[in-house]
Amino acid sequence: MKPVNQKAWLLILPVVLCVAFSAILPLMTVVNYSVQDIISPERRVFVGTEWFKAVMRDDDLQGALLRQMGFSISVLLVEIPLGIALALSMPAKGWKSSAVLVLVAISLLIPWNVVGTIWQIYGRTDIGLLGATLAKLGFEYSYTGNATHAWLTVLLMDVWHWTPLVALLCYAGLRAIPDAYYQAASIDGASKFAVFRYIQLPKLRGVLMIAVLLRFMDSFMIYTEPFVLTGGGPGNATTFLSQYLTQKAVGQFDLGPAAAFSLIYFLIILLLCFILYNWMQRVGTRDNSGGNHG
Amino acid sequence: MARIDLELAHAYKPHPQRDEDYALLPLKMTFNDGGAYALLGPSGCGKTTLLNIVSGLVKPSQGGVKFDGADVTGRTPQQRNIAQVFQFPVIYDTMTVAENLAFPLRNRGVAADKIKQRVGKIAEMLELNGQLNMRSAGLAADAKQKISLGRGLVREDVSAVLFDEPLTVIDPHLKWQLRRKLKQIHQELKLTLIYVTHDQVEALTFAEQVVVMTRGRAVQIGSASALFEKPQHTFVGHFIGSPGMNFLAAQVNASGVSIAGKRVMEANLKLNGDDAITLGVRPEYVTLAAPETFGALPATVTQAQDIGTYWLITAHVGNGDGALIRARLNPEQNIPHVDEVVWLNIVGQHTCFYRNEELIA
Repeated sequence: MKPVNQKAWLLILPVVLCVAFSAILPLMTVVNYSVQDIISPERRVFVGTEWFKAVMRDDDLQGALLRQMGFSISVLLVEIPLGIALALSMPAKGWKSSAVLVLVAISLLIPWNVVGTIWQIYGRTDIGLLGATLAKLGFEYSYTGNATHAWLTVLLMDVWHWTPLVALLCYAGLRAIPDAYYQAASIDGASKFAVFRYIQLPKLRGVLMIAVLLRFMDSFMIYTEPFVLTGGGPGNATTFLSQYLTQKAVGQFDLGPAAAFSLIYFLIILLLCFILYNWMQRVGTRDNSGGNHG
Repeated sequence: MARIDLELAHAYKPHPQRDEDYALLPLKMTFNDGGAYALLGPSGCGKTTLLNIVSGLVKPSQGGVKFDGADVTGRTPQQRNIAQVFQFPVIYDTMTVAENLAFPLRNRGVAADKIKQRVGKIAEMLELNGQLNMRSAGLAADAKQKISLGRGLVREDVSAVLFDEPLTVIDPHLKWQLRRKLKQIHQELKLTLIYVTHDQVEALTFAEQVVVMTRGRAVQIGSASALFEKPQHTFVGHFIGSPGMNFLAAQVNASGVSIAGKRVMEANLKLNGDDAITLGVRPEYVTLAAPETFGALPATVTQAQDIGTYWLITAHVGNGDGALIRARLNPEQNIPHVDEVVWLNIVGQHTCFYRNEELIA
């Protein structure tokens, strides 16, 4: 038998420790909280799945979940096509391409709470460029008073902040397409749309999958920007899941329900990403088994 | 289909001064309608540039391209109605094999039943019928390249089909098949085919006329036998053949032609007067001779290799420090061994003479 060198276990110890402290222990703490009612540091009662049941029946939470879904879907529907369009219109080489790349990347470099602050000022009707312009044009714009306005402003802010990420990913994907494809398409007489549909889009599959997953996960967990901009208001109009959770855990100190919901939240993201990933893997890769050709 | 006339030069740099600045030196060339041509030369000789100029992907910096007498220099590949197949397979991943083959026709608004008939015919020629409804992304490299070839051949009315080293990615045994297929297709469809390659076997088996290129110049256009028997340029002699032609520095004077001080030939009409020339002879035409035969040189054998159907003898004139001569010898005769001094006959009806790399006799 081959001798097994057990010393190798020592080498993975640092990783095990890191993961334990950064992921496993916190997660287990949350699991621990989710099955107890903590009345005071000395008094805690085991309640089983009680919190989970309560959280699932919570109307506020269901509202926040629906808003969250609506928000993430809107983000994807706007940012993905817009990002592709942006990438297609960016210059491919020379100093112009470098200049455009830097310009496009700027919004990605801004800290999230600063993004919120920027838009808070931007949307003000007295001094903000957007708010004042809209007010001058006769719109009664108010992201603090009107739920629709608040919602649209948060969406617009996210589009401004994150579309460049999609654009940069697509730009990289586009540059990786060999020239021969464009030459062949030109010789085959393909229209601009056909080039996009049959060459560029299929070749962007890989980067688009990453872009969709990243944007989905990030938008599903959005917290800082709307918190700074609207504080979740007016009413509950822009209270998304993270904010709801923070209110529960830190604001009201309901650790049990907050923990139970954290776990549900985690599972929702995991499940949706799983579905999304598998669906995208299959899109456009099936054989055409139908009999008609030509 | 069209007769293609080229009279052009091309430089990728804006203001070419010297010959080296040109990707293609000024040239004049005609490809006849329905012919099979090969552009043959080493990497960087300008053959792909020439092909891209014919197709319209590159615009020549001087001169122009005519199809059937009409100037098409400013036209796109689409307007020229050219088909081109590239070195690496270009396929549309999301389409099936049939859709790939139909794509050039569909873009031109050809009727559906006509497309179906044409795709069926080409698929049959290329033996792709069984895979027509498969997605092309999952196929092997050679099947993908067959699709690329098929897209090039599917249009009936093309001016010419251009191939840019299309068999590079194909396994050797499939190369033979595909090359034969192409030749057969050429005979059936009567299309003008121009084929770029750096492989002489490929060029000589495929084409009726081979254009040999080096350093931006087309040095000879001719059939396989012309390139073999009468290379117009030392480069052709060197590049065509395996191994290439032997070249020996020779001196001409009133008494005749001599190599390394030994007279091997009488003076004649073309070779007289004081002149330094190069004598070229193919290894196939070098034979063993009896000592002191007129037209033969003594040489020391430095290598003798059995290549299967023949022996390849490498020898150096004189004591082994002179010019190199290679000979292909029939295995049935006595093969000299290493370090033996043999007499090699180098002058005969197949011997060529060059001055400044150009053929003079």
